[in-house]
Amino acid sequence: MTEASVRRVESLGASELLALYEQMCLIRRTEQAAHDLFMSGMVKGTTHLAAGHEAIAVGASAALRPDDYVFATYRGHHHAIARGATPEECLAELMSKATGLCRGKGGSMHLTKASTGMLGSYAIVGSHLPMATGAAWSARLRKTEQVAVAFFGDGATNIGAFHEALNLAAVWRLPVLFVCENNFYMEYTPIAEVTAVPNPAADRAAAHGLPGIVIDGNDVAEVHDTVARAAAQARSGDGPTVIEARTYRHFGHSRTDPAKYRPADEVERWMARDPLSVARQRLESLGVSADELQQADAHAAGVVEAAVDAAKNAPEADPAEAFTDVWADGGSTWRT
Amino acid sequence: MADVITYRDAVADGIAREMRRDPSVVCIGEDIGAAGGVFKTTVGLLDEFGPERVRDTPISEQAIVGAAMGAAMTGVRPIAEIMFSDFLACCWDYLANEIPKVRYMTGGQVTVPLVIRTANGGGLGFGAQHSQAVENWAFAVPGLKIAAPSTPADVVGLMAAAVRSDDPVVFFEHKGLFASKGEPAPPDHVLEFGQAGIVREGTDVTVVALASTVATALAAADRLAEKDISAEVIDLRCLIPLDVRTVLTSLERTSRLVVVEENPYQGGWGGTLVSIVADEGFDLLDAPVKRIAGACVPLPFADALEDRVIPTADAIVDQIRTLVAY
Ligand SMILES: Cc1ncc(C[n+]2csc(CCOP(=O)(O)OP(=O)(O)O)c2C)c(N)n1
Ligand SMILES: [Mg+2]
Repeated sequence: MTEASVRRVESLGASELLALYEQMCLIRRTEQAAHDLFMSGMVKGTTHLAAGHEAIAVGASAALRPDDYVFATYRGHHHAIARGATPEECLAELMSKATGLCRGKGGSMHLTKASTGMLGSYAIVGSHLPMATGAAWSARLRKTEQVAVAFFGDGATNIGAFHEALNLAAVWRLPVLFVCENNFYMEYTPIAEVTAVPNPAADRAAAHGLPGIVIDGNDVAEVHDTVARAAAQARSGDGPTVIEARTYRHFGHSRTDPAKYRPADEVERWMARDPLSVARQRLESLGVSADELQQADAHAAGVVEAAVDAAKNAPEADPAEAFTDVWADGGSTWRT
Repeated sequence: MADVITYRDAVADGIAREMRRDPSVVCIGEDIGAAGGVFKTTVGLLDEFGPERVRDTPISEQAIVGAAMGAAMTGVRPIAEIMFSDFLACCWDYLANEIPKVRYMTGGQVTVPLVIRTANGGGLGFGAQHSQAVENWAFAVPGLKIAAPSTPADVVGLMAAAVRSDDPVVFFEHKGLFASKGEPAPPDHVLEFGQAGIVREGTDVTVVALASTVATALAAADRLAEKDISAEVIDLRCLIPLDVRTVLTSLERTSRLVVVEENPYQGGWGGTLVSIVADEGFDLLDAPVKRIAGACVPLPFADALEDRVIPTADAIVDQIRTLVAY
């Protein structure tokens, strides 16, 4: 598809790749469940599903250290799960349950698992790129050799915070990776209609003195290896990288969007490049049997089914939670 | 120790004390390093603490505050400078949507121990885009603590409290006060956040002030004393937490309230304060409440115009004389 997709992939063995495949299945099935729960009225507000984007979260996460930092967008369920959140705590949050990741205070757009370095999902486009830059600065100040990664959409490349963050990261040579999930659309408008360069993230990198790489974001192995190399470089003090991972969303932008604005042949082409099929092809060529592949998906399906049940049966968010966690003392008192 | 210190030097002193105490405290901002800040409020910090902890940035308000937030979430205690408070508008997303909300919307998973310092207010003739008093902008956002000191010692005491706070603090340094002098802060001086000070005791009227308006209110109180009117002046020091208790207790003695704010009357913090007094202190009052605030126009340039827009001691004296006669 892209020139980058023929890049040699060297590091993942069959069993590692199979584990990543199962994680991708887990995300895919969680997203399908989130969709179904939304359609049945059990999830309110909105969802931005990441079905189709799984390889980016899973491949990148596997290439990071457990103590590295991840910042995601409102389309962030895949990053929460890739960094260790369970489908149950994610779905419970979407369903306004007390057992949700944020105890009902966040919702679909703000899934966070700080205990494993997944430092939040942010719904103001581009806002988290400076935050990831700051987390990388902090890692350097504390001499921890941690890396911070900001995942963002193609649409975020036209907002000021993107450019401010890239410049600061470059000039301070910070250990941060900027990973664009280029799914070619913002909400409903193609990114190409509003951007003069063909690769909205990677083509801007040079202007800020950063390397910019375009990769096949639907190939988990390619994502893994690219992020592993960039993270190693960042960790050793050689500075940040922009990675533009091309992908496609399987659902509409949000809620019930049928995505009619996308041409049928385009959709067809991308569905043929489903990241799960790409991973299956790789696994088959490594000698993994159809049976093993089937088992991985069945296992994921079982986990998500149990997660849906558990989330449905969990208690509703406690109304008293409305007045906790404004301040570090746990409360919300603003006056004497 | 010198027997007086400027408000400007107290800022650097307050920051330096915290940086000596806690190695995780770092500073970023435009021209804060070798240049010592455009208002010379960070002089000496680079020499003492080095370029890793005192860092000049590009002119990127979003990156400054956003990076400070990310660092605060991951074990550092940043002090970020936004050169003029007017420029907070350039990074308002972080003050309105990110910093005050991230702890809450994650169910308490993250902590943001961050100070955003900024030079606020008028009186120096910088015109409409460099002279606004915008403390009410921050006051409109649940989740931010707000300090606005009026004296050099309070600068140090509130800076210590702000840096040690695990909550995000917006720290308004008043441009018009930078050259003012006062007693230096004693060693280990830490004020309690949300504790107003009674800076002049009185019995006829309570005047609530903040930052620049404290000196204006005190000047008015001096003149009123010549006319046998005894004004009590309260320096709020912080807007969040808002020390309503000290105001209500004072009203038990004086039964008259005047609030003096530099931010515009429309949307100014005094509106919230007097609404609480009307609600919880109605029985204490013997006269209408008066708000003397910035006029509802952009800040003009010429002195003759700026004087009409920012609260003056004359205006306070006039209002209080009518109130006392009520
Ligand atoms: C600052 C800002 N502007 C507009 C929006 C509304 N909005 C939400 S998602 C979105 C599209 C973003 O597209 P992209 O960055 O490509 O991410 P994707 O949704 O494709 O993952 C827009 C315009 C927003 N949330 N924040
Ligand atoms: Mg997009």
